Parts: sequence; C-alpha cells; structure tokens
Amino acid sequence: MKPLTDYLVLDFSQFLSGPSASLRLADLGARVIKVEKPVSGDICRSLYTSDLIMNGESSVFHAINRNKESLSADLKNPNDVSLLKKILKKADVMIHNFRPGVMERLGFGFDEVIKINPQIVYGEISGYGNEGPWKDRPGQDLLLQSLTGLTWLNGNADDGPVPMGLSIVDMLAGANLVQGLLACLIQRSRTRQAALVQVSMIDSAYDFQFEAITTFYRDGGALPQRTNVNNAHAYLGAPYGVYQTADGYIALAMGLIPTLGKLLKCPNLENYPLVSDAFDKRDEIKQVIAEHLKKGTTQQWLDILEPADIWCADVLTWDRLVAHAGFQALNMIQNVTMRDGYTYQTTRCPIRIDGEYLTASSGSPMLGQDNEAIWKEFEKETGDEE
Amino acid sequence: MKPLEGILVLEFAQFMAGPTAGLKLADLGARVIKIERPDKGEAGRQIAIKNLFIDGDSLVFHTINRNKESYAADLKKTEDLQKVKQLIAKADVMTHNFRPGVMEKIGLTYEDVCKINPRIVYGLVTGYGNKGPWAHKPGQDLLIQAISGLSWLSGTKNDGPVPFGLAVADMACGAHLTQGILAALLKRNKTGKSVLVEVSLLESILDLQFELLTTFLNDGKQLPKRSTVRGSGHAYLSAPYGIYQTSDGYLTLAMGDLMKIGKSIGCDLTLYQDKATWFEKRDEIIKKLGAYFLQNSTAYWCVRLEKEGIWCSSVLNYRQALDHEAFRVLKMTQAVTLSNGRQLITTRSPIEINKQKLYATKAAPKVGEDTHRIEYEFNITR
Repeated sequence: MKPLTDYLVLDFSQFLSGPSASLRLADLGARVIKVEKPVSGDICRSLYTSDLIMNGESSVFHAINRNKESLSADLKNPNDVSLLKKILKKADVMIHNFRPGVMERLGFGFDEVIKINPQIVYGEISGYGNEGPWKDRPGQDLLLQSLTGLTWLNGNADDGPVPMGLSIVDMLAGANLVQGLLACLIQRSRTRQAALVQVSMIDSAYDFQFEAITTFYRDGGALPQRTNVNNAHAYLGAPYGVYQTADGYIALAMGLIPTLGKLLKCPNLENYPLVSDAFDKRDEIKQVIAEHLKKGTTQQWLDILEPADIWCADVLTWDRLVAHAGFQALNMIQNVTMRDGYTYQTTRCPIRIDGEYLTASSGSPMLGQDNEAIWKEFEKETGDEE
Repeated sequence: MKPLEGILVLEFAQFMAGPTAGLKLADLGARVIKIERPDKGEAGRQIAIKNLFIDGDSLVFHTINRNKESYAADLKKTEDLQKVKQLIAKADVMTHNFRPGVMEKIGLTYEDVCKINPRIVYGLVTGYGNKGPWAHKPGQDLLIQAISGLSWLSGTKNDGPVPFGLAVADMACGAHLTQGILAALLKRNKTGKSVLVEVSLLESILDLQFELLTTFLNDGKQLPKRSTVRGSGHAYLSAPYGIYQTSDGYLTLAMGDLMKIGKSIGCDLTLYQDKATWFEKRDEIIKKLGAYFLQNSTAYWCVRLEKEGIWCSSVLNYRQALDHEAFRVLKMTQAVTLSNGRQLITTRSPIEINKQKLYATKAAPKVGEDTHRIEYEFNITR
C-alpha cells in the first residue's frame, strides 16, 4: 500500500511549482484531480522545451502531470463551481498557485473553502508572498533566481550572473509545499481541523541559499566570490571544482593540496603546504591543477585518485549516464501510458517506501478526459447549498 | 501549535542531506535529537565554508543543526548502545546516512530497530542507492552533480560543465527524505506498523532534472544544447530567456513574445516574426538583444518592458537583495541565541502554517549538551 492511498487532492495549479507538488502526492499514493481551464487547459501544455511536441503537448507537461486525472472546469460557471465544491467536500487537500487575491475573488479562498470542508488542508504557492512591493509580480523561475542573488553563485568570477539551467525555484517551492501539506495532514489526524499551508517561491529560493546567506550575515556582508577558474562553490577552497582532462572532465571535491600534488605527480602543488592555502590561494592552485589534469585522461586520474580515497568522479553527459550500469541499477526510468495508448518514458519518484519503488503507469491526462467519470461520481453528493 | 508537535526524531545522520531533513522536521514542530559520538560529535561539525567557525563548530553546522538537541553516545560501547535503544523504543522517526555495513555491525539496521520499536519510521540516505557498481562510492554533492549530467545545463556551450554553486543534491535529497518520512508517518498512523524510507543523492538530483530528462528520453536522446552566448538562461528554452548586461547592471527576461518586446524597447526584431526562429536562431537573437540592452540602464528597460506586461527583472546580489523592502516584508531572517549569549542571524523555515511563520530561536547544540536531561526525562537506565 502506498502511504497516501485514499487521500484525495484537488489541484487548481498550473506550470511547475504546484503541479510538481501534486505529482509527488500522486506518486506517494494520493488521487489527484487536476482542474484545468476548458479549451486551453494548463498553460504548461503548450510551453515547449526545445520545441518538442509529444502527442500534441509539451514534453514538460507530460513529465509533470502524469498519474493525475484531468477535469476541465470554468471557475466562473455556476454548474462547474457547484461540482468543484462537491469534490472539495470530499477532498483532503487542495492546491493552487494563482496570484494573491484571485482565488478569494472566485470564491475559493481558504475562508470560503473551510466552510465547505472544515478539515481541508489548503495549500497555496505564491511568487513573492502576499504582501510587499513585489506581491503582484510574475512568479517565474528565472526572475526569482535573478532577484534572490542565486545567479552569483554559479560560473566563474568574470562570467557575470549565471542562472541555474533548470527551474530550480519552482521545484523547491513545490517540494516545500509537499512538506507543509503532509505535516498538516499528520496534525489533522489529531485535531480534525483544517489548515492553511503557504509557500512562496522567494522564501524557497532563500531557504535554498540558507548556508550562503547565514555566511553572508556572519561574514560582515561580504559578497560571495566565485573563483576565477573551475568554480563550483563560491565559499569552498581548492580543489573543489570540475576540471578538463585529455579526453573529458573530472570533478574533484576534496583532498589536501600537497597530497594531491604527490598523487598526481604535480610538484607545483607542493608549494601550498598550509591548510589555509587551499582557500586563500585557491585561484592559483586551481590554475595549477587545471593545467596539470589536461595531461592525462579522466580514467587515468580516477585510477590514481579513487584508490587513495580522494573524492572524485567522471563528469557524465546523459547519454553516458543512462548507459551506465550504476544508473541502470537504480531503475529510475519508467514507461507510462496515456488514455489513448500513447506511451512515453519518464523518471519515477525518487523516494522508496518499504523497499518498493513508487512507480505508476498512467501517463498525463488529455484535457478534461475524466470529466464524465468525475461528474458521475460527485454530482450526487450533497452540495454546499445553504 | 506547530503541526509536528509530539513527534520524536532521532538523527544519526551527518553532513547535510539527512540533517537538513532533521531541520525541516524540527521547524515543523518535531523534537529532533542528534545522536552523536562523544567529544567529536558528527563529522559535519568540522566541515566549514570560508573557514568560519563558532565555538569550535563550523558555521555550516550551526546553520543546519539549529533547533535540535544533542545526545552523546558511542554506539560501539554496549552500555551506550543499550541506552540509545531505549530512546529508539520511544521515537517516531530515526534517520541515518552511514555507509552500507555500518549499522549492520552496530545492530541498528531497519530489521533490528523494528524489533525494538515496531512503529518506527526509519529514514535512510545513501549516495547512489544500495545496489549496483556505484553503491559504495562516496556520496558527495559535486560528484553527484558530475555523474548526473546536471552540469551540462548551466552556462554556455563553450564553458564545459558548470556545476550549480551550492549543495543542490544534498538539499533536494533532504527535501525528499522529509517528504518520505512525513508520508510514512501518515501510513504508520493508519497501519500501526513501521515504515522504511530510502532516498539517495543521485535519485534526488535525477528527479530535479525530471522535466528535461523526459524531453531527452523521448526526443531521440539528444543532449542539451546550451547557447554560445553568455547569459542564456536555459538550454531548452528559446530566446529571449536569459540575462542581459545593461549600461549599469543586468536585466533578466523570462519567456516572452519577441514582437512585443521589440516594440516596447524600440528594437527591430521583425526578422523573427516566425516563432520557430525564436528557438532556431536563439543565439543570434540573444546577441542582438544583448547589444541593444547595453545602451541603457536596467531601470530604463524594465519600465518599458513592464508597461507591456513583459516578464522581466533586475539581477540582484545579496547586498541589494537582502537590503530590499521586498525582502524585509518576508521576515525571512531570525536570530538564534548561541551559548555565549550572542546571536547568529540565519533564515527561517520557508513554510507558513495558518498564517504563522515558523520561527525557532534555539541554536545548534554542543556535542552531548542534552544527554543528562534526556536520560532523566526518558528514564533511560543502564
């Protein structure tokens, strides 16, 4: 039995942050009904990456929304609203990520919903919280990365701001929402009371940087300094970084510099005997390492460093990764099938429970594909007519 | 009342992934007791960034382990182990990230622990899962980034691999461990039976890439093609997505309609009326926009773009961001009180429950700081 079997989630959210949360809940065993605008649905359906269209929709949508049902409903149509309220009555969780005030205007604010279901756990994700000068700004990942200092941590000193190349803030906000929702479900089993869980992308972005920000405050407000070359962490000394070799790249995480010098037969590294040199002279040291490692292949260096317990790794591209026995042992890829028979590959939930993978074979839903079944199931419920 | 009040967590986990999960549970209201070896404590106490320490423990340790207690025990000593087992009998959750074999030797594997406490939620963090050729490799953040393909997503084509500049695998894995533990507690409450939760750094960092891996897997396994132009924001997204230098700083453009953007800033982009060119000619367009944005200030451009509803922003560093009114209203920082009475400024939990932000003023514990109190409170005997 999956841990959230028998839980019902009504998800009004779109794009990535909210839907990534409901995907996790679905994989943990909950039933997720995705509420979408008629005709166009979740905007993510047509938000393409590398212009890839799979079975009429974006690959990203298929990745995020598998294992869910789709109900198309117009939040301004009284019949649809009445159905949604009947579902809410039975739901354990509802999720949305509209901008502040929108759900309140539509009659689905927390205060309204608890009148329908006094035990609901209500989750919302905003871009910047519900107050302050940015509250109405678009909560978009790259903007959040830009506004929270995150772009100054990646790349080298002279690169200017370098964003992280995926929607990291969306993912973090979704992960935080899941935690808040689950914690409140645990509490609810004791209190039998509703709860409101609010997460913002901006708080999530800062939480992600909690080490760096705590350091910033402690360290008199000094800005993070990326190394000139081979930067991998603005606050760590040499050798921490990724280096080019004769035939590829190698990641080096830790290791005393003189020890590395001996192992790699790089006498220049023995000029840095002090432990403090590793940080204080990291630009110089990294330059020396970078020049030296170009002289051998990745495998040659790994063969020297790994037996000596130096933390290092080959740098893989996805094609080499998925072909590797280490990856295959994870069984990380699953096939999922849509209602019309279209099958695609995607990754599974990263959590294992009682030794079992949390796989699920159903692909993403066509817009409104479950309308009929859901109407049939819920329309007979007593509504909220007061 | 915080949602996890009454939940007792024993944290054997060290370094970052496991302890960040412990911190999240603590901030949500659980009581988290670190089980540490006497004197030295967990290895993370000596892992420092920028060589910053407070009272002999690294600042990083203080950041990750606030709001927790510490119980010192040498698990290799029978007497200590017996005491720890008495604690386990009363706990709801325990976590660890020892390498395979360690808990077997000590006698605290999941199977062992179930005999002591048949209702335990047992959380286990590994680097690469528990089978296959990588199972015994060191599970360290940068190495996991390197192996997972993540480093080919940021920066430009000419950069080679560009890692994320913080411990993203650890953070993602800690979040997943937290999720798994909470879901497992719900399951346990229903069944009355123990649950095993397992996560790994590698699976977590793959999950983080799930959108793009899905694109890769279903698009003939084409590798990500980063732009050649500095500032481009995403290997898989079309122009204008990225960061542009201006006369006085930087400007970010999210996805947007190039025709509207051209009009709002007075840049002739009519060559690119066909939307297909936004991806195909991404580099050319980004270069063209880049040259144009250099002519004026970030604020100058933002005003014009925002008027047309284009998604854009300036690019802030910590000084600018943390000094901004928009940051102050978040009340994102909190002060924890150190044992010497001084205060350490750090961030709070990012989750808000019933309109309450989750603050906690307790600083990270010294090794074994709470041992005697815990033994007394739980009536731990020899």
